[in-house]
Amino acid sequence: MQVDEATVRRIARLARIKISDDEAKSLEKELSGILDWVKQLDEVDTAAVEPMTRVVAQKLKMRDDFITDGEIADAVTANAPLVEDHYFVVPKVVE
Amino acid sequence: MTDLTELTMVEARDGLKKKAFTALELTDAFLAAIDKANPALNAFVLQTPEHARAQAQASDKRIVAGNARPLEGLPIGNKDLFCTNGIRTTACSKILDDFKPTYESTVGQNLWDAGAVMLGKLNNDEFAMGSSNETSAFGNVVSPWRRKGKGEKVSTDKLVPGGSSGGSSAAVAAGLCLAATATDTGGSIRQPAALTGTVGIKPTYGRCSRWGIVAFASSLDQAGPIAKTVRDAALMLKAMASHDPKDTTSVDAPVPDYEAAVGNGVKGLRVGIPKEYRVDGMSKEIQKLWDDGIAWLKTAGATIHDISLPHTKYALPAYYIVAPAECSSNLARYDGMRYGLRVSGDNLIDTYEKTRAAGFGKEVRRRILIGTYVLSAGYYDAYYLKAQKVRTLIKRDFDEAWSKVDVVLTPTTPSPAFAFGDKTGDPLAMYLEDIFTVTVNMAGLPGMSVPGGFSSEGTPLGLQLIGKPFDEETLFRTAQVIEDAAGRFTVPDKWWMKG
Repeated sequence: MQVDEATVRRIARLARIKISDDEAKSLEKELSGILDWVKQLDEVDTAAVEPMTRVVAQKLKMRDDFITDGEIADAVTANAPLVEDHYFVVPKVVE
Repeated sequence: MTDLTELTMVEARDGLKKKAFTALELTDAFLAAIDKANPALNAFVLQTPEHARAQAQASDKRIVAGNARPLEGLPIGNKDLFCTNGIRTTACSKILDDFKPTYESTVGQNLWDAGAVMLGKLNNDEFAMGSSNETSAFGNVVSPWRRKGKGEKVSTDKLVPGGSSGGSSAAVAAGLCLAATATDTGGSIRQPAALTGTVGIKPTYGRCSRWGIVAFASSLDQAGPIAKTVRDAALMLKAMASHDPKDTTSVDAPVPDYEAAVGNGVKGLRVGIPKEYRVDGMSKEIQKLWDDGIAWLKTAGATIHDISLPHTKYALPAYYIVAPAECSSNLARYDGMRYGLRVSGDNLIDTYEKTRAAGFGKEVRRRILIGTYVLSAGYYDAYYLKAQKVRTLIKRDFDEAWSKVDVVLTPTTPSPAFAFGDKTGDPLAMYLEDIFTVTVNMAGLPGMSVPGGFSSEGTPLGLQLIGKPFDEETLFRTAQVIEDAAGRFTVPDKWWMKG
């Protein structure tokens, strides 16, 4: 068991997902099972191995520094749950 | 008149060219089939008949005017992971609610620019996370295939169509569209294709633009088609692939004419058989499928070579670090503020937490939590970095194999289609569905599934071909040889059309 209930609650908080007491208990088991299983990677010696970054060598693309988009506030806010004059309305953050 | 929904894409294209029927007639035939079949199969989560008819009418004008494009008037289904301008796109998650994108995915736009007609949006596992289409917020997709029952009877047990592109595979197998878009992060094109007797190709990472496709794991996600035949898949991929400045990982290389490669045969082609795929407890029917594939390619003039891909067994555990890590990062955007579902709470954090708890399904929540854990302070090197290093070794295995062989042949899945609920209780059992497909995503290579045989239950099995980076042409010509030998797979009884 790598993951205890306190850890499950901590990562759920980090992930901003509310979990019930029952869920915390079952997640403790499920996550531990999956993390135990991936631990088999420890068998692989990767001391001299670079992490993979891409499939084929490719130069990082550059683009000209000019504006290609914009003036579409209607489109940007079209799907928001709450909007006022092109502003997203969010719960109060600062008292 | 023949049933237009039974045509392949190539046959439909030829029929339109010869003016045997109009694009509108063809579209109407599919719309009628969807109306009839969807209550039983649940392949479409949104039907867009008006949109489809308008596109078909425009296509008919072009055909009459003599300026038809490559896919002119050909009706297809679009996985609900592809953003569609003004048309609801949900990734089959509650969290996107009634999201209507104000833009079109590049792959989608390429298809519409080629003249294709969109019949509607296809079901999939929520955010493409699943191997059975049982995690969709819109419910399960039912495979048109059924097991042999006792005596002459066919079993009425409902089977999964595979996942995550289960709507795509079921719709193509059931004749509800000529072909469909799909995406593949760990096997989500090839596994559903194998389970439904259809053809699916995941091209090389970078071949298709990811722009406008709802992101799951960005270093693995790749779009591709599911189709009825190898040639149809070639036609689709040719239209879908492009270089796109809006996706920096999209590759600036010309897209070959895949259809032209289809008939080239395999004379002198070197086919690799990786010993690590002969897993413990491999069933006799999978073994036979593989042996048949080897024999067909040999007969057609290919040479067969044993190869070793020693890090194969580490691909799946490495995948279940990389994919959840990238998923937790990508899905952080669903905060209930700018689009999608919002569940109000006592304060901002409470609102986030309630929104995400209500909006994400169980499997998606599980993967976000694993991803959050492996990326959290102190664990990054031990998990994500380690997994990315293992990925280098998996890729290196293939790089070495390419000095000996041109293409690799394996089974697509370890077993045939299963019934609903068979694997939902144990996440690890479900993850093992991708054991043969996931290496291909980890190495970024092209992979294709083509029907190769039947299980003892009378359901289809698929053979997988793995190719060198950007060598999809070899996959198409090899797959055609298998299709010629194995034949086309069609469901014997259209039970879903009988209401």
